[in-house]
Amino acid sequence: MAKKPMRILPEAAKNLFKKAATSKYPFEKAKLYEGYRARVVFEKEKCIGCKMCMRVCPAKAIEIILAENQPQPQTGPDGNPMPAKKLFDCIMNLDRCIYCVQCVEVCPKKALAYTQDFELAQLDRKKLKLHYK
Amino acid sequence: MAKITIPLGPQHPALKEPENFMLVLDGEQICDATVNLGYNHRGVEKAAENRNYIQDIYLIERVCGICSHSHVSCYIGCVEEIAKAQVPDRAKAIRTLIAELERVHSHLLWLGVAAYEMGFETMFMYTWRDREQVLDCLEMITGNRVHYGINTIGGVRRDINAEQAKEVLSKIAFLEERTKYYVKLATEEPTILARTQNVGKLPNKVALERNAVGPTARASGVKMDIRKDEPYFIYDKLDFELITYHSEDVFGRVVVRVLELVESYKIIRQVLSALPEGPIAVKVPWKIPQGEAVFRYEAPRGEDIHYVKSNGTEIPERVKVRAPTLSNFQSIPYMLKGDYLADVPITIAAIDPCMSCTDRAVVYDAKKGKTQVFDWEELRKYSIEFYKKKGVNFSGK
Ligand code: SF4
Ligand code: SF4
Repeated sequence: MAKKPMRILPEAAKNLFKKAATSKYPFEKAKLYEGYRARVVFEKEKCIGCKMCMRVCPAKAIEIILAENQPQPQTGPDGNPMPAKKLFDCIMNLDRCIYCVQCVEVCPKKALAYTQDFELAQLDRKKLKLHYK
Repeated sequence: MAKITIPLGPQHPALKEPENFMLVLDGEQICDATVNLGYNHRGVEKAAENRNYIQDIYLIERVCGICSHSHVSCYIGCVEEIAKAQVPDRAKAIRTLIAELERVHSHLLWLGVAAYEMGFETMFMYTWRDREQVLDCLEMITGNRVHYGINTIGGVRRDINAEQAKEVLSKIAFLEERTKYYVKLATEEPTILARTQNVGKLPNKVALERNAVGPTARASGVKMDIRKDEPYFIYDKLDFELITYHSEDVFGRVVVRVLELVESYKIIRQVLSALPEGPIAVKVPWKIPQGEAVFRYEAPRGEDIHYVKSNGTEIPERVKVRAPTLSNFQSIPYMLKGDYLADVPITIAAIDPCMSCTDRAVVYDAKKGKTQVFDWEELRKYSIEFYKKKGVNFSGK
């Protein structure tokens, strides 16, 4: 095999005048692709409390609980009380979540969605527990 | 001269799991070596028996941070076989695409690590900078740089559109240019040759005996690649070459990996040019019928084997993972024997081990009974200095 020493030198010289390959994050915004998976959000009105999301979550990060304030039963057209649709809250443990978005995929009512909000670090661990009401 | 035994590890930075090597030294030369495993037992297999099949996808994905797609495809392959799911062709093609992108990222990463262990930091910087391109492709298609989460039982979770395919192709074209340069650099730079040729010898016969897999085996002339031997996904329809090399040393492992990069680019182009139309997944019921299956998969580091046994519920009864590094470990003591202490970092790094990392190695002088703490960084520096004294120097001074 032909030995060619110092092949790296011209390459290194070329790179001296190039723009740095690293970005200035966090001073500059990080470039993310559209489908990047980050914090999962919850829409209370759509949730029916089937708890499929809890069943598939590999990290046991999501919890669906009965909301504190339930709507009053309404009176139906025939004058009898009609049970109102139950409301649910979602507790998201960001410190457990692995952002696989399997919960979003499985939700039959599209009550969950993922965002590109990835800057979720906190000094206080309690703040990682989000209570979506 | 008195023989000294050096325990290297269990904390070990070139690798991603703690590991211990006992090296018996006669002066500078290694006359015996043993590998001790078991410092990072995470209980993944047991945990898999407590989760349902869907949850296990993400658990198994985390067996390894670099070949995450390999492990998950291997596991899913078993489950699909038991459930007799007919995976659509488009899903298979997308799996192949991600598998090859993963191989590119893994081999580029390895090339950088190997250069770093030799003291060739410039090359390390360039390969890792270029690797960002393939990580970008993975993020664009799957939604994450490392744990892609593209696979699901019965297919894939995301489709790929024409725009994404175009961007992948343009990034691959760039990487191909760069790889051509790395091929030249790795095979002609005298310093790399001096550090890798005749180091970590593993003759063909021994490689077979000790069941070496992947590029480690192929660099010893063993023609084995699961993509050829037992094609899965769509590999049987693709045109690519099985790369082997005859030099049986670390240099051969470098050559095999850089040439495999070129083959991977070829595969990616073929997959994208003939992407079958159709659905990307089929529905598989929650409960998997009773049965068992084994799947073999060519991960970037070699043959990965998974075994799944199901008992008809939604939770597997047994999941067994045999990662390629376990197989390659048998060869390490043989490779180290007769080499210098200074060759240890590059020889261990050359199997591309998949283990965990913090640095600490202890030097134990058996005669004096003295223990001296030595970390990997020091050993790396020692190896670079050792070769500088012999005139092997990347800075050209
Ligand atoms: S899967 Fe959707 S609808 Fe069901 S509990 Fe979860 S968020 Fe609510
Ligand atoms: S993204 Fe994944 S880990 Fe996070 S809550 Fe949803 S299913 Fe659980």
